[in-house]
Amino acid sequence: MRKFNIPHKFQLITIIELYAQWIREGKLKVNSDWNKELKVKFTVQDPCNIARKSGSNKIVDDLRFVIKTVVGEENFIDTVPSRDNNYCCGGGGGALQAGFPDERRAFGRIKFNQIEATGANYVIAPCHNCHGQIEDIGHHYGGNYHVVHLWTIICLAMGVLGESERTYLGPDLAEVGL
Amino acid sequence: MAEAIKIDELDIEFKDEVLGKVPAANFDLCLTCGTCTGGCAASELMDMDPRKLIRMLNLGMDDVILKSNWKWVCSMCQRCVAACPMKINIPALVFNLRAAIPREKRPKGILGSCDQHIRTGSAMGAKKEDFEFTVLDVAEEIRESHPGFEDLEVSVDREGAVMVLNQNSREPVTEPEEMGPLWKILHSVGADWTYPSVMWAGENYCMFMADNEGWKYIIEEFAYHIDNNLKSPMVVNTE
Repeated sequence: MRKFNIPHKFQLITIIELYAQWIREGKLKVNSDWNKELKVKFTVQDPCNIARKSGSNKIVDDLRFVIKTVVGEENFIDTVPSRDNNYCCGGGGGALQAGFPDERRAFGRIKFNQIEATGANYVIAPCHNCHGQIEDIGHHYGGNYHVVHLWTIICLAMGVLGESERTYLGPDLAEVGL
Repeated sequence: MAEAIKIDELDIEFKDEVLGKVPAANFDLCLTCGTCTGGCAASELMDMDPRKLIRMLNLGMDDVILKSNWKWVCSMCQRCVAACPMKINIPALVFNLRAAIPREKRPKGILGSCDQHIRTGSAMGAKKEDFEFTVLDVAEEIRESHPGFEDLEVSVDREGAVMVLNQNSREPVTEPEEMGPLWKILHSVGADWTYPSVMWAGENYCMFMADNEGWKYIIEEFAYHIDNNLKSPMVVNTE
C-alpha cells in the first residue's frame, strides 16, 4: 500500500504482534508446563518480510517472546545469525514456483545448515513460503527436524490441539495433551 | 580464455531506465567491496552474484543481465542492501529485471498464480464461494467434535468486525484442518474477527512476478472492500 500510495483507513498488524500483546495482557493464557519434562527443542525462521523488510526487529522480537512463553526459554535455541540479519530460506520472492528447483535448494543450503547447527527438533516457520521451503530442504538434505506453524505450538501449550491438527508434529509430540 | 569486455561497444541503457523508476537506487556509488555478495545465499548460482550484477549493469552489459535467469533465483530478501555501505538497492534492480521480461515469458508457476489471484482472489484459484464453504464447514466440524469450542464463531464478510484476517490459500485449499488452531486462539481471547470475501488470500504472486498493475489491483480491491463494505479498523496478516 505504501508502494502504490493506496489510501486506506485501517491499521495493518501481524498476528504475531497480537499473540504477544494478548499474552502480556493475560488474555491468552498459555505457558510452557507441557514441555518442562519433555524438553523438546525449538528454533525459528525469521521471514524476511517481517524481519528485514518491516524496518525494525519489533515483530521478530515479539515472535521470540511468544515462542519462549509457549516452549520455555531453555528450550528455545536461536539461529546464527538471527532476526533482521537472518538468512532468507530461499523460498521467497516466488522462488517456490519459479521453476529453478536446483538453484532454490542450493540457496537453501545455508538455511539448512543454520537449522542443523541449533540441534532443534522443530523449526517454527510463521510464513508459508518459509514453511514450504524449509520442509523441502529438510527432506532434500536429510534433516532431522519438523517444521511447524506457530499456532500449532500455541494450541499444544493451551491443551486444545485436536487430533486432526497434528500433521506437522513428529512422533514425540503426536500424543501430547490428547 | 576469458574474453575482454569491449566497453566501447556498450550503451548503458538499462541502468538509466531503472534509475528513472528508482532514483535512490545509487548504482553509481558501488565501491565493489563485495559485502553484498559475501552475505548473499544466491551468490555463485548461475554464475552470478550481486556485485557482478551491479558491475555488469554499470558497464552496460544489458543483454547479459537481462538474459540471466538469476533474477528468479534471487529472492529479493534485501540482505545485500541492508549490509551495503552505499545502500545500493540491488533488490529493486532485480525487481526491474523481472519486470523487463515480457509478461507471458515470466515463469509459468508465478504467472499462473498471479493470474488466478486477479481472477479469483487467491493464488490457488479458490473462488470466494469455495473459500466460504470450506471455512464454514471446518468450523462446524470443530464445534461438533472439539470439546470447549461449541461456541466457535467463524464468519466471512461480517460487517463491522474489529479485525479482518487474511489467510494463505494453501490452508483452505490443501490442508483446511490447519485453520482450526488459529481460530481456537482467536476464540480463547474473545477476538471479534471475520474473513473478507474479496482478495481474501494472504499471498501475492503478482508482486513476485513484478506485475505492478496486478499487484496494485489486488491491494486496491482488498483495501476498498475493507474500508467501504466491512468498515473494519484493523487488518491482521496471519503470516
